[in-house]
Amino acid sequence: MTDLSKLKYTATHEWVSLNGKTATVGITDYAQKEISDAVFVELPKEGRVVRKKESAMVIESVKAAFDIYAPMSGKIAKVNDSLKDKPETVNKSPYEQGWLFQIECSDPKEFESLLTQEQYLGVKDSGY
Amino acid sequence: MNSDSQTIFEKHSFNPASWLPKLDGSEEKALAKLPEESVRKSEPHLPSLSELDVVRHFTNLSQKNFCVDTNFYPLGSCTMKYNPKALDAIAASTAYSQIHPYQDEEDVQGALKILYEMQVVLSEITGMEEFTLQPAAGAHGEFCGLLMAGAYHRFKKNKKTKVLIPDSAHGTNPASAALCGFKVVQIATNAKGHVDVEDLKRKLDGDVACLMMTNPNTLGIFEEDILEIASRVHKAGGLLYYDGANMNALVGICRPGDMGFDIVHLNLHKTFAVPHGSGGPGSGPVGVKKELIPFLPFPRILKKGQKFSYEKNAPHSIGKLRSFYGNFGAIIRSYAYIKALGDEGLKGVSENAILNANYLKARLKDIFDVPYNGFCMHEFVMSAKKQKAKGVKALDIAKRLLDFGVYAPTIYFPLIVEEALMVEPTETESKETLDRFVEILVEIDKEINENPQKVLGAPHTTPVSRIDEVTAARQPNLRFKS
Amino acid sequence: MLKAIGVPSFEGLISNIPKNLRNFKWNIPPGISELELGREMDEIGHANKNFKYATLYLGAGNYDHFVPAVIDRLAFRGEFITAYTPYQGEASQGTLQSMYEYQSLICELTAMDFSNASMYDGASSLAEAALLALRFTGRKKILIPASTHPEYREVVRTYLSFVDAEILRVPMKDGAMDMEQFERLMDDNVAAVILQQPNFFGVLEETHKVSELTHKSGALLIACVNPISLGILQPPGEYGADIAVGEGQGLGNPVSFGGPHFGFFVVKEPLLRKIPGRIAGMTVDKNGRRAFVLTLQAREQHIRREKATSNICTNQALCALKGAIYLTLLGGEGIRKLALLNLRNAHKAHERLLKIKGVQVVFKKPFFNEFALKISRDKKKLKNNLRKRGILGPLALGDFYPELDSSYLIAVTEKRTDDDLKRLVEAIEAS
Repeated sequence: MTDLSKLKYTATHEWVSLNGKTATVGITDYAQKEISDAVFVELPKEGRVVRKKESAMVIESVKAAFDIYAPMSGKIAKVNDSLKDKPETVNKSPYEQGWLFQIECSDPKEFESLLTQEQYLGVKDSGY
Repeated sequence: MNSDSQTIFEKHSFNPASWLPKLDGSEEKALAKLPEESVRKSEPHLPSLSELDVVRHFTNLSQKNFCVDTNFYPLGSCTMKYNPKALDAIAASTAYSQIHPYQDEEDVQGALKILYEMQVVLSEITGMEEFTLQPAAGAHGEFCGLLMAGAYHRFKKNKKTKVLIPDSAHGTNPASAALCGFKVVQIATNAKGHVDVEDLKRKLDGDVACLMMTNPNTLGIFEEDILEIASRVHKAGGLLYYDGANMNALVGICRPGDMGFDIVHLNLHKTFAVPHGSGGPGSGPVGVKKELIPFLPFPRILKKGQKFSYEKNAPHSIGKLRSFYGNFGAIIRSYAYIKALGDEGLKGVSENAILNANYLKARLKDIFDVPYNGFCMHEFVMSAKKQKAKGVKALDIAKRLLDFGVYAPTIYFPLIVEEALMVEPTETESKETLDRFVEILVEIDKEINENPQKVLGAPHTTPVSRIDEVTAARQPNLRFKS
Repeated sequence: MLKAIGVPSFEGLISNIPKNLRNFKWNIPPGISELELGREMDEIGHANKNFKYATLYLGAGNYDHFVPAVIDRLAFRGEFITAYTPYQGEASQGTLQSMYEYQSLICELTAMDFSNASMYDGASSLAEAALLALRFTGRKKILIPASTHPEYREVVRTYLSFVDAEILRVPMKDGAMDMEQFERLMDDNVAAVILQQPNFFGVLEETHKVSELTHKSGALLIACVNPISLGILQPPGEYGADIAVGEGQGLGNPVSFGGPHFGFFVVKEPLLRKIPGRIAGMTVDKNGRRAFVLTLQAREQHIRREKATSNICTNQALCALKGAIYLTLLGGEGIRKLALLNLRNAHKAHERLLKIKGVQVVFKKPFFNEFALKISRDKKKLKNNLRKRGILGPLALGDFYPELDSSYLIAVTEKRTDDDLKRLVEAIEAS
């Protein structure tokens, strides 16, 4: 089980974990509840360069489409292909099997300015 | 698997296609003239069904549909009024269905007269100067209108990259703007349900090509500040675009052209009685003020004396939106409708539409939350907020309505109202039908309090029960494969 | 009712509308009864020369094909014609299943993977295909042969007016795309190559060669096809089309002065999530019963708004329904037979007309049911002689291609008889 307190967060409900220069990104439990049944995950292309806060990809439910934003700048290194056939994994296991993509960060220091769990819970409860 | 939902691919009977003339054997000679590589090697796998079985199949299918001819259909923003059958008969007549768009002008003067006079009468109704009948639907009309706005600004050497759109707008508005390369900026709706003029003032600058609006807006409320809005947009050098989906509220009462709109699109399959055809065809004519006439799609229909003709040159025209001149079969129905209603009849359309909507709103306001005070026009939006608190959503109420033989109102639009139900009765419904609708909703509300499962599990009496849309999207099955 | 609402008169409901907007004068005559309406519409209709009582040799995108009576009987049932978009699926299974069947039929006919539920017409479908290709590949050029229908080329140009892209016209040679010029213009900034088959002149293009060269550069092939021709011509899916579009009018819809008809839009699997328009899918209801529903809606305008694959909402559903019924009535053997009848009649006419002095071949390439011929006759005299014999058309090509002045485009369908041909021959000979 991932220790959620060790992760960092964005105000747009992404979680991030950093390992050296590689950041792994997913969506929080709050986000997956809002999306409810994910039906299609449009993953970014590997090698694509993204800027912090840029929309990196989309998760679709039956009635809506949700932009997922890159929490840090860099290059998309790897994507979770298993979500192609099983988009519901994003709902069932948002912090583990439902990880979305990994970024090779151009500036790992950006991690420090992300929200801590406490800060994220504060933002979330204020009805962002 | 229900045998009655078998597709045509799963049924089989002998089909001689005997309505075709016989082959005479000389076909092979002609076939031999075609290059080997271009010829089909095997027949397409189309079904084989006798005419009787085709008739049974599609007739049975049709009987699974709710439609205006069988059910009350208060689908907000779609104007599901009665479609007079006389119009279908006229459009299908030989004189109008068996003419080719490339026949010489002198051989189609009747068709050209209808197109021309339609342009004129729509201008009278909306207060605009000239219309094009080319666009095939409302969204197509929006695209046409925005292309013209872009062409106009380009011609005037204005650099304008933004289109302002209220947050209550129909999705086709921003989608059409994006197609024309514009950046979409949203304008907020204020607490009274109107376009927030303060927000507009903040966002209006010299970079705005156009403000797209509808009046009444998607909440069914008349935009009282429209004259001020028009003035501000024009002062900033922008154009004002009218989404005519709600025209059923204004016919004979007031006109978008008089409000200051520069471009207007209409939906003939809404206000002007063209049947909806299970999703189309419609028609989306676009009207403009004088400065935009040079940009209209090509060719315009012109009149000289008693003769009608196609314009020959239009150097500033945006071009063409589709082949030929428009959905003629739809246009002629509306033409006949307008002719039949005439001056008084047209005025009666909006008067009765507004009366019916307000009547329903007054009778339903105690059951549902109606977020905006004041009178509505031809439609209104109510919220199932109270019911949601009890665990039943707008979606469930919509499904339960089907059990009572009523097609559900539009749900979850506009996005700014929680658990929205948009009700548009139209002018062709009787008071009796409206009273019955109210009774049904009272009953459903009672069920929500006493027996919510009945509503949550609805529909119960339709050919299929609640459909699994999630699986449909996760594992798309979009064509039959044996 | 006013009492229930709480206002003394109707004016009370609209008192918030500025008074100056209420004072307008419009010039609209009083209404008339259904009887009078019928009479007036008949009178206006007399000013149209219709081809039920004349012989049509015009084609160029709209064709005089026979429509069996069954089609209108079924399609004009109130349950189909007065229903709307099937958002409440449980009350719209008729519409949804017929959409699914239409999609399946078009896929079979074109040998492609997925179809949407219809577009406005062939020309706008082609334009949307070009937009899709630009977005999908990220490249900026579209190649379109001069032998493509001029109105279609104009519609593509209009759709791309404000898109950062370039449309390159590939010159034609002998009525088809000039392959040498095509190779010269082809590079790896081309998003798509458009190929109309048969083209505007009824001529067959070199589909395999074009497909090979297109894909070699990594571009998409957009085929714009005549659905009836697919009874005997190789379907686009088999020569590598990535997108296939076309005008569906010939499938069970009357010519009706150019509309309403429908455009079909079919793709190979990789492009599925990018296609415009509504799509019906097969699924189950909560009791496991088969059900049909609108699906993949997250592509569309009501959800994605400015990021939608297209702005299309209302489509041409009823026309597509007629197409589906028509294809079902034909069956695989029937459509082959129909295509052969068209081919035969056209080739018979072509052969007979060339025997007339002053009538010459324009293009030597093979054709389906439409062809161009040069007729060296006094234009005015020819027009009069055709009219005298109740013949509408053929199409003067000089209006579209100045270099083809004195040439005419002649369409011959299964409806044209030996007697029709005899009169056409007489009209030309008399001029």
